[in-house]
Amino acid sequence: MSPILVFVDHDHGTPKKVSNQIITAARQRGGGEVHVLLMGEGAGAGAAQAGAHGATTAYVWEAGEVAEYATEPAVAGLVAALEASGATTVLYPADPFMSDVVGRAAVRTDGGVVTDVVDLTLDGTEMVGTKPIFGGAMISRCKVRGGRPAFYGVAANAFAAEESGGGPPEVVPLEVDLDDTATRTRVVEVVEQSAGGRPEMTEAGVIVAGGRGLGDAEGFRLVEQLADVLDGAVGASRAATDAGWYPHQHQIGQTGKTVAPQLYIGAGISGAIQHRAGMQTAQTIVAINKDADAPLFAIADFGVVGDLHKILPPLIEELAARKG
Amino acid sequence: MRIICPVKRVPDTAADKSIDQDTLTLDRDASDPVLNANDEWSIEEAMRIKERDGAEVIVLCVGPENAQTTIRKALSYGLDGAIQVADPAIAGSDAKAIARVLAAALAEEDFDLVLMGNQSSDARTMLVPAMLAEYLGLPALTYAKRLQLADGSATVDRETPSGHQTVTAPLPAIVSVVEAINEPRYPSFKGIMAAKKKPLETRDLAALGVDAGEVGLANSSTQVLEITPRPPKEAGDKIEDDGSGVVGAKALVEFLAAQKLI
Ligand SMILES: Cc1cc2nc3c(=O)[nH]c(=O)nc-3n(C[C@H](O)[C@H](O)[C@@H](O)COP(=O)(O)OP(=O)(O)OC[C@H]3O[C@@H](n4cnc5c(N)ncnc54)[C@H](O)[C@@H]3O)c2cc1C
Ligand SMILES: Cc1cc2nc3c(=O)[nH]c(=O)nc-3n(C[C@H](O)[C@H](O)[C@H](O)COP(=O)(O)OP(=O)(O)OC[C@H]3O[C@@H](n4cnc5c(N)ncnc54)[C@H](O)[C@@H]3O)c2cc1C
Repeated sequence: MSPILVFVDHDHGTPKKVSNQIITAARQRGGGEVHVLLMGEGAGAGAAQAGAHGATTAYVWEAGEVAEYATEPAVAGLVAALEASGATTVLYPADPFMSDVVGRAAVRTDGGVVTDVVDLTLDGTEMVGTKPIFGGAMISRCKVRGGRPAFYGVAANAFAAEESGGGPPEVVPLEVDLDDTATRTRVVEVVEQSAGGRPEMTEAGVIVAGGRGLGDAEGFRLVEQLADVLDGAVGASRAATDAGWYPHQHQIGQTGKTVAPQLYIGAGISGAIQHRAGMQTAQTIVAINKDADAPLFAIADFGVVGDLHKILPPLIEELAARKG
Repeated sequence: MRIICPVKRVPDTAADKSIDQDTLTLDRDASDPVLNANDEWSIEEAMRIKERDGAEVIVLCVGPENAQTTIRKALSYGLDGAIQVADPAIAGSDAKAIARVLAAALAEEDFDLVLMGNQSSDARTMLVPAMLAEYLGLPALTYAKRLQLADGSATVDRETPSGHQTVTAPLPAIVSVVEAINEPRYPSFKGIMAAKKKPLETRDLAALGVDAGEVGLANSSTQVLEITPRPPKEAGDKIEDDGSGVVGAKALVEFLAAQKLI
């Protein structure tokens, strides 16, 4: 059985939660060894945590070229690690940056990509991915045809991270050849909007989303406070981002992001089909809306009919009190 | 300046989806298909460049014969012409096979910029822009919420989870755009009438020199094994607040606690 290679997303050497989840899934579902790839400045520091979750070999490329979002050096690193490890299956965290990296890598290696996988099963020696399609209205099982490098994008929180009891992995420095095309795209400036220390939407276990019912940008302070007591991220409907109340990258839905947190709370969101297309695979859905007929209630596990401006403040207070 | 806008014909999000259980592909004629919404932003951006600096803008669509309604819709925004790649062998292609066909069509053209949506609403793989760039050996500037062209390069503000990054690359380049980039116009009556007369060229795989054995359902690098409907979700409990907010908040806290979510 050839090893499975897991692309580890990390923040200055600290692997993100989703990476630990994917390493765990690779160990439990893959039927072989788990190798990991750590790229970028300070990446090697993440090897120990990868080992704790079950990785036996870590390919490390501490390259400055792999600045955040510099796609082409990352593609070269991924292809080099694929060759070095002898893996035929790559698992990576499904997100927009990785779709660029893996899209190029699949063309370069004549592989195939299955995106947004929420479960993995082994069919003989081949991996098969389960993915929700059409906003979760249907479920499909897909695989990459045998004999090709297979790339599976794994959704955050699809698997629970569990430590394996294993020790640190063998660390193998990765040799990567970069030609000039790898550096023709240059990052000139990085602009961070204050995320208030909140998790990214695609990583978060909890998302509190606000819509037109908030009334104005100020209404999002309530949504932020609720997100904070739940250690969650903030999402928004298109009506809210179009109005300029919250940045577009927080938009959930057909023309925004697809999210699948453990808990989604929609406040002042009607639940139009285009919004639901991005969130209806959330494990638990809560709707707060003054209109008892709002479509979001139809898919909500729990609904509160009422004025969010009245409901959110005592809700935040009670949750904060419980948190202590 | 010559700009090419790849556009996809997709089923309306609001329509019921139907799967052909023999081929395990989407029955694309079961409902009225539409122009992928994200491609309206790339068209709008191309139109703004055309109006500001002058440019020829061409639509490129890989899709069956009846995708022409979608192509005419795209043209109605004021674009100059269209190329359609249609061939029965393309049916059922995955993202890489579609990118392969788009790349072959683009290889025959002169262009400075390929402007496209960041994703389409049916499959949403977000793979095609990067795959296309790799086939053509070009830089890709993706998820752009702002685009500037100057001195033979493209510079974009690329949306990231926590803000944006300004990224630049020499032309020719592939640029994919997100919704925040602009507000698409409505086609004018004049535009709709003019679209009927705009040149539309069709090509098949042979004309592009693509081997039919590289594309289509049977030759794609991915394979769908099974598609099943997800049982519709039952609505859960719904409680009415009494206007104070406290009743609603309390009930919600109890629900979250019972679900072990807090
Ligand atoms: C539900 C579903 C799930 C799928 N999952 C996968 C998968 O996991 N892996 C995989 O390889 N394939 C998958 N496919 C196949 C894939 O949709 C199509 O092969 C292909 O057309 C790419 O579409 P996309 O939506 O992924 O494109 P995206 O990459 O999301 O679209 C980006 C842009 O590419 C351009 N574009 C896309 N398609 C065309 C076209 N035909 N003509 C012109 N421009 C175009 C548009 O400008 C669009 O805005 C799936 C299809 C469906 C229906
Ligand atoms: C091509 C296309 C793509 C789209 N993509 C997206 C997308 O990605 N994401 C997205 O979200 N939408 C998208 N939309 C838009 C979508 O159709 C809806 O217009 C949008 O989701 C509505 O946002 P909303 O629910 O915040 O606003 P509304 O529909 O106006 O709903 C506001 C809700 O707030 C409630 N409310 C008002 N005041 C209060 C109060 N004080 N307390 C409690 N409740 C209150 C109202 O009862 C109402 O239900 C798209 C549309 C199109 C055509």
